[in-house]
Amino acid sequence: MRYPAKLLLFAALVAVGGAFSGCTTAQAVRVKPWERGLLADPTMDPNRDPLATAMLEHVYFSREAAEGGRGVGGAGCGCN
Amino acid sequence: MNNTELLSFVVGLSLATPVLAGAAVGVGDLFPPLASAGLAGKAPPDTAGKVVLVDFWASWCAPCKASFPAYSRLNAEFAPRGLVIVAVSVDENPSAYEAFVRRFDPPFFVALDKGQNLVRAVQVPTMPTSYLIDRAGRVRYAHPGFRGAATEQALRKEIEALLSEKTP
Repeated sequence: MRYPAKLLLFAALVAVGGAFSGCTTAQAVRVKPWERGLLADPTMDPNRDPLATAMLEHVYFSREAAEGGRGVGGAGCGCN
Repeated sequence: MNNTELLSFVVGLSLATPVLAGAAVGVGDLFPPLASAGLAGKAPPDTAGKVVLVDFWASWCAPCKASFPAYSRLNAEFAPRGLVIVAVSVDENPSAYEAFVRRFDPPFFVALDKGQNLVRAVQVPTMPTSYLIDRAGRVRYAHPGFRGAATEQALRKEIEALLSEKTP
């Protein structure tokens, strides 16, 4: 079976480009667990006023009878 | 090379790339030698023919802080019977590593994986992760994460089993 040369060239470029750009696996583009020192720094936490946030969460819970679903606890270390 | 072969080669290359990128060390694999891992500080202890617990930790990792007292207890219990604990820090900031070590003053061997070469070779799935290595240097148990008493209890059982095995 023969393929047109242009199609082959396109397929080759896509495959080689994808393979070496780090886009072939989800793992390749993730920050590795041991590289999260800066992400885990408290200054990376977007919540600058935990007390006010807790109060707003309480108001939200009281009004809507629902809570949570607003992200995860802690910073970005992704530990455990 | 005809067109079909060329296409097969290209597709094969793209599929093989994740493998070429380096596979994680898992249960049943030989653990990379610590002596040639380029760990900063003192030379690692002699682990030949010994049961070894290698723990990857960092000063910024909260469960790692919880794990150190547990490893201290395991060290006190099993070091006289031949267990060697090696705690490898992946900290990029050496002063954070030193402050952590000063604070916890662990009774077991700690070292800094300064260039993160060892952790990159092992490809730990999360922080912390510990590997229990048998006397032949093969990983027998891996513990991704530290879950307090449950992990400590599991480690105690596994260490007991490995220490009771004969030297190869």
